[in-house]
Amino acid sequence: MPAGFSPSELAYLLPEFVLTLGALLVLLADAFLSRDRRGAVIGLSLVVLAATGAALAWVGAPHQTIARGLLSMDAFGLFFKVLVLVAAALTLLMSGPYLAAEAMPAGAYSFLVLAATLGMFFMASGVELITIFIGLETMAVAFYILAGLLKPNPRSNEAAVKYFLLGAFSLGILLYGMSLLYGLTGSTNLGTIAAAVANPAAVGRPLLLVAVILVVAGLAFKIAAVPFHMWAPDVYEGAPTPITAFISVGSKAASFAMLLRIVVLGLPSMAEEWRTLFYVLSVLSMTAGNIAALTQTNLKRMLAYSSIAHAGYLLIGIVAATPRGISAMLIYLAVYTLMQLGAFGILVLMRRGDSAGDEIQDLNGLFQRQPAAAVAMLVFLLSLGGIPPTAGFMGKFWLFGAAVEAGYVWLAVVAVLNSVVSLYYYLRVVVAMWTREPEGLEPRMRPALALTLALALAGTLVLGLYPRPLFDLAETSAKSLGSAVWAPSR
Amino acid sequence: MATTTQYLVLSATLFMIGVAGVVSRRNIIVILMSIELMLNAVNINLMAFSLRWGNTTGQVFTLFVIAVAAAEAAVGLGIILALYRNRDTVNVDEMDVLKS
Repeated sequence: MPAGFSPSELAYLLPEFVLTLGALLVLLADAFLSRDRRGAVIGLSLVVLAATGAALAWVGAPHQTIARGLLSMDAFGLFFKVLVLVAAALTLLMSGPYLAAEAMPAGAYSFLVLAATLGMFFMASGVELITIFIGLETMAVAFYILAGLLKPNPRSNEAAVKYFLLGAFSLGILLYGMSLLYGLTGSTNLGTIAAAVANPAAVGRPLLLVAVILVVAGLAFKIAAVPFHMWAPDVYEGAPTPITAFISVGSKAASFAMLLRIVVLGLPSMAEEWRTLFYVLSVLSMTAGNIAALTQTNLKRMLAYSSIAHAGYLLIGIVAATPRGISAMLIYLAVYTLMQLGAFGILVLMRRGDSAGDEIQDLNGLFQRQPAAAVAMLVFLLSLGGIPPTAGFMGKFWLFGAAVEAGYVWLAVVAVLNSVVSLYYYLRVVVAMWTREPEGLEPRMRPALALTLALALAGTLVLGLYPRPLFDLAETSAKSLGSAVWAPSR
Repeated sequence: MATTTQYLVLSATLFMIGVAGVVSRRNIIVILMSIELMLNAVNINLMAFSLRWGNTTGQVFTLFVIAVAAAEAAVGLGIILALYRNRDTVNVDEMDVLKS
């Protein structure tokens, strides 16, 4: 048994090292720069993310379990790491204009975004409960602070308090479930847990069921699935807009990675039970999320309910629990990241003067004032609604197809009906942008924001028209989840 | 010496008291204390199981839970302080700036 890390194992962790040191460097640089040099701090953070990306490319996916079975360096983890890296980069890119509009300093902000990204990295590759839990908390604590970073703003205060209280509460539930899993199997390693649970005689069945329900409930909080969603609308509305965007894509993607690892790797013999649980969560999330979104007048709240509905769509993949279902989830998460970040980019654009710019009526007449932005928003909304030729359509098509293939026809029918309902509230925004008279201050497009929107738009369209490379990537990644070498070496 | 079952009953009771506190109390500080009770129930579980299995994984897990709980409390109290400065209240019923 190796007493610690071998040098080659340390090399596999290069992206994490680069990100950690880079985040500290950003914090240090901020101390020496004046408060108005936001561009420099954010630029430095983007350089750190680029360096992390280069390190990820260098390490690749060696398909090895390192650190005595704590982390699995496989294609599945790599997929999520690249995804959250892109999400973090786009978030920081759109943060510059937003921080300037709010007169917020950029140092702590950028550092916390990088810290949250680091947490997500460990959630993506952790195959052991303690590691996953530490990754989750690194991310969550950073997000609690980020949500409340607009200190003079009562809406931000309230969002942070609600996020913190419900996040900590859900953590308690998740940990209690994890402690029971450890108690039943004697290990926190997902591979060992799977082996122990597979032997029904050795493990107390009723207690195991309690453990699975608690773990699933704790995870459902993190992905904002109904009935564990009540924090999402308030937090999304009150948090700084780029942070809302990052919470809705980064936190969701990393939580799904963690969820997939725990149930697919750790509890394969309880598949019947967690399939039923996720089936119920999926139907409830889709339906309740879309119906609640219909009546919203605040765009951030509407996108919050829409993201709850999207959590419902995503859960379809895990109900199917086939390699195709999992790969469809990965595809949809990638697509969702781009279109959701794009839509929030438009919200950053609408933040002007004293107006928060997050009501739907704030977008009135956007087409007359900023035609390009209005067209971009149209594409993001159509993609969220699942209309071809956007990426959202390809994602939904593949996801619902996976459900049908696995025999869950009714689930696919409910999902399609829900997509139709969702079009109503997405199109309401489009109507406001095209037919209403503009009011309030003229929104000002800044270069960084224009670049963010252009990248998100290009991604949404390219993945819609030419999805093949993403499909292949997702397929390889989904396969590596099942075949990952996760046996402990102790 | 107490048996594992006795420890589990203790921890389950503590956990339920914590959950009841979170859902019934209105003062944010008391809710925070109730969450700490839940986390300590987890710790008792982990220590009892660690004893039963004769390995140290549960003890390591407990140390991490304690550390994370401390970090959460520090951040949480900071957030609550920021809210209190603006609103002069720490009552969850009065948190209604965001529509629900």
